[in-house]
Amino acid sequence: MSTSQTTTTEHHPALAQQFDSMEQQQDASTFGMWVFLLTEIMMFGGLFTAYLIYRIKYYDAFVAGSTSISVGWGFTNTLVLIGSSFTMAMAVWAAQKGFRKAQVWFLIGTMVLGAAFLGVKAKEYHDKWDECHIPGHIIGKGFNAWGGCSATDPKLGNIADEIRERDPKVPKVSAVQTAKQTEIFFSFYFAMTGLHAFHMVIGFGLLSWLLWRAYKGEFGPQYYTPVELGGLYWHFVDIVWIYLFPLLYLISRTRT
Amino acid sequence: MQLNFPIFPEQASSMAGQVDALYLFLVLITTFFSLLIAILILFFAVKYRRTPERKAEQIHGSTLLEIVWTVIPLGISMVIFVWGAVIYYHMERPPVNPLEIYGVGKQWMWKFQHPSGQREINALHVPIGRDVKVTLISQDVIHSFFVPAFRVKQDVLPNRYVFTWFKATVPGTYHLFCSQYCGTKHSGMVGEVVAMTPEDYSTWLASGKAEGSLASLGEKAFQQYGCTTCHRPDSGARGPNLEGVYGRPIRLTDNRVVLADDNYIRESILEPNAKVVSGFQSIMPTFRGVVSEDEIIAITEYLKHLSPQQANPLNNRTSPTEIRDSEVPNIQQQNEQQPQQQQTPQGTRPANPGKKP
Amino acid sequence: MSIDKPVMPEKHYLNDNYGIRSWLLTKDHKRIAILYLFSITVFFFIGGLFAGLIRLHLLTPNGELFQADTYNRLFTMHGVNMIFFFLIPSVPAVIGNFLIPIMIGTKDLAFPKINLLSWYLYIGGATFSLITLLNGGVDTGWTFYAPLSSGYVKSPVIVMAVGILIVGFSSIFTGLNFIVTVHRMRAPGMTWGRLPLFVWANYAASLIMILGTPVIAITLILLALERGFHIGIFDPKLGGDPVLFQHMFWFYSHPAVYIMILPGMGVISEIVTCFSRKRVFGYSFIAFSSIAIAVFGFVVWAHHMFVAGISVYSALVFSLLSYAVAIPSAVKVFNWTATMYKGSVKMDTPMLYAMAFIGLFTIGGLTGLFLAALGLDIHIHDTYFVVAHFHYVMVGGMVTAYLGGLHFWWPKMTGRMYPEAPAKLAALITFIGFNLTFFPQFILGYMGMPRRYWAYPPEFQVLNVLSSAGASVLAVGFILPLFYFLWSLKYGEVAGDNPWQATGLEWETTSPPPTHNFHHIPVVTKDPYAYGEDEEVPVVH
Repeated sequence: MSTSQTTTTEHHPALAQQFDSMEQQQDASTFGMWVFLLTEIMMFGGLFTAYLIYRIKYYDAFVAGSTSISVGWGFTNTLVLIGSSFTMAMAVWAAQKGFRKAQVWFLIGTMVLGAAFLGVKAKEYHDKWDECHIPGHIIGKGFNAWGGCSATDPKLGNIADEIRERDPKVPKVSAVQTAKQTEIFFSFYFAMTGLHAFHMVIGFGLLSWLLWRAYKGEFGPQYYTPVELGGLYWHFVDIVWIYLFPLLYLISRTRT
Repeated sequence: MQLNFPIFPEQASSMAGQVDALYLFLVLITTFFSLLIAILILFFAVKYRRTPERKAEQIHGSTLLEIVWTVIPLGISMVIFVWGAVIYYHMERPPVNPLEIYGVGKQWMWKFQHPSGQREINALHVPIGRDVKVTLISQDVIHSFFVPAFRVKQDVLPNRYVFTWFKATVPGTYHLFCSQYCGTKHSGMVGEVVAMTPEDYSTWLASGKAEGSLASLGEKAFQQYGCTTCHRPDSGARGPNLEGVYGRPIRLTDNRVVLADDNYIRESILEPNAKVVSGFQSIMPTFRGVVSEDEIIAITEYLKHLSPQQANPLNNRTSPTEIRDSEVPNIQQQNEQQPQQQQTPQGTRPANPGKKP
Repeated sequence: MSIDKPVMPEKHYLNDNYGIRSWLLTKDHKRIAILYLFSITVFFFIGGLFAGLIRLHLLTPNGELFQADTYNRLFTMHGVNMIFFFLIPSVPAVIGNFLIPIMIGTKDLAFPKINLLSWYLYIGGATFSLITLLNGGVDTGWTFYAPLSSGYVKSPVIVMAVGILIVGFSSIFTGLNFIVTVHRMRAPGMTWGRLPLFVWANYAASLIMILGTPVIAITLILLALERGFHIGIFDPKLGGDPVLFQHMFWFYSHPAVYIMILPGMGVISEIVTCFSRKRVFGYSFIAFSSIAIAVFGFVVWAHHMFVAGISVYSALVFSLLSYAVAIPSAVKVFNWTATMYKGSVKMDTPMLYAMAFIGLFTIGGLTGLFLAALGLDIHIHDTYFVVAHFHYVMVGGMVTAYLGGLHFWWPKMTGRMYPEAPAKLAALITFIGFNLTFFPQFILGYMGMPRRYWAYPPEFQVLNVLSSAGASVLAVGFILPLFYFLWSLKYGEVAGDNPWQATGLEWETTSPPPTHNFHHIPVVTKDPYAYGEDEEVPVVH
């Protein structure tokens, strides 16, 4: 592990005083970001583990829950986020090359796609609000997945009905009980996508800051570490979604 | 202030002596090694104390010593592990033909029910010389059933039966503590376990005003809640006949095989669609919020009395995977011979009780 | 060695800059360490006050001093404040922050601003803790078991959970900083094999910090969600599983105890070598033991759950692994003892604390073997035996090591020596008070007295009185250093660069060190603990 020896006579303006060289700074900063992402993996990992445990315990309810969220929007969001990872990677490349305009546009592109993702999520959450699928009684009209959500439209958010439509042999009592158990599915749905969205919002803040600095021309071949770190963070958030999407939307979506 | 203070609880159960023996062994090991280290460091501190002439000898280490003092503690640890595991295994194995008592813990008291119908609060009378199995459940938070004199402890969980057992050996009155912090009056959730000679125990049983045995209370509840509407022995019954069901392996609609034990019965009452017997529809409504824990216990006891094998699970096996196909009663086959009718359930209970009282 | 009286350096990190802003916006790891020193000392005495009140209350069996509700809040807040706001930060955030860059020969940690952020996160979490206190405190026990904490108590659980969450991130960032620093910022010649064992110990603890703390974060988030929105994650009435909470909680909280003890063990390695003037016996074994403890520490969590309703087979596995994790600690104890053999031992205050640590940690660790034995744990789980065990390792171990380290490096941090006679007296009082407080609790536990009991059967009173008497002595032992340390800042003897004649890069710079730690970055050529080479006549203080 080579650490640099004495400092060079000329300092890059971005060289922090505790480091001996830009190389050491970039090395340490990147390493630090990887360690941080490792802690994030542990946090999401704990949440995913709890989700999987309950999926096994309440299999039917989780199947019903998965089926009731829109795979179309989820897939759209997946494409949007992968696209934003691409623009982010391009931004890192542009920063590395010193192409100032390209950096700025790619960062803006990433933020636009990120905003699109959050917009779609907001729509999905709104749908859940309308369908009375928000767990608990504090937010929204109170959880009701078995028909009491709307006075005028008994089918709105009615997972019990959906279950019976898919399989008419299921008796009403049984369907209602399964629909009640979907509350825990939705608890995890909101916890997982909520934590993810929270990380995206933070990512937004990071991207804004990077955008400002890129606009000012701070990044070039000698120093583009912040963009690289931002890229790592953004890719991580993307990967979390790549796990979330199948776990929540896809597995055993409908069981024949 | 009591001036005579003992340092050991009484040994009042069949396992207490074994637990104490392991404890004493560990006390000896701890004393030996603690004294060894303490004496060594004090000795070295004095013998090699700094003087102007003393020059420390720079020793890097000794792989041999490292191996020795890794292997020896490891060996001792393994001895302790095995010893503890053996005692634990004996303590966890359900006893054969025990006296069964049910216990319910709630903030902040203990309720016990004897099969003969006796109910006790914060007290538990048991005979000595007989295995006693206590099946426990909580009505609210996690509690723990702890009798120091018997060296017995078991956390009592909500929504799930657990059990513990002991064989009292010395008549006397012993502390019962709740040992899992459960809120304000946690330290008030204490009671007495009274171990009595078999004669005294029979006398005590006879003396209480019995409302009837636990099983008969269960039978009453079974009828009161309309269970007999569907669970009948005749061929047109909408629900499986419960005679002989307790303790037997049951095949479910998804081909899994489970054991019909206390937890299964309780789950079937509270969440009937979780495990539906093969050949039947999942039409049973839930009785959550309607039937109390005490009543579920009574109903379970009643079902045990319907079983030809008195409350004894098949060969003491507890894991369903060990049950062979040939042992599973073929209810499916029996029912294929009768036409199934689609009917909505009638009875005195609404389809969606669901509301808590 | 020096015949001239040492003088304070003219400019050093304490007087380099004046004003509150220069402290609150500092990036200097040494100043941040001092900020932590003040903060955790405050919480140590808050937690200690609660402990004192608990012991006072337990003098009588019938719960005469406080109401049950108040008592429950006292022991909960004692636990929460001591563990999260004192023990976990103590050695890493104070001594580690101060020393690690100097010990490896660099100017600062890898990320100084994140270091300052860590302190602010600590203060943020601490603020939530104080808010909780002002609202009566929480009464769930520091373990927050569900469904009690999510659905049954009325106290400010969510506020407390948020506080712990925030201070958890303080811990994560400190760990992250240490790991990157040790990997990437070592001076030329400072190979892994030349690192002081204090650095190895903090490195291992940092691994645990970054891997374990996020899990308690998510557990507390889920608990808060359940409590706030009445959804069923752990509450069985709403479909949840209370045992899952225990698994998730202990998955962090068991490794957490190794976060607490490993840095303390690092301190002991430094003190024992210096005060025996000997290289450490079995350097690689001690270094790798630290890593082994960190790794094994992650696979034993369910030994807190043997009677909680886990299967017999899991219990067997976790019991077996718990014995495995004990072995590396034993190896360390033997190595330290062997280090004293044929050394040149001086029983100054730091050495007194180190020797106390070795003895008390041995007892505490061995009583862990009792708890890991399945058949025995059934009897002693959730009794005062457990309370005695963890206080032996946490107080007899960790706090002792912390105090030893404070005394050892006090001259380096402040430029002044503490007064030796009062310090030795305090060490002795602490040792006596500690044993008198906690040894009777082993007996109480085996007798069957459960934990967290506001009132108890009268036959337990004698032992409780002994314990409370010990606590009053222990309190004196802990308060004394406060006074003489403060006194020493103005009147203590000026220390000079290396008052202990110790090896280690920190002793090659001034006391206190300059802001940038070294006037010239050293190049390392010697092994650590190279006592005995070019040995001159040792100075008798």
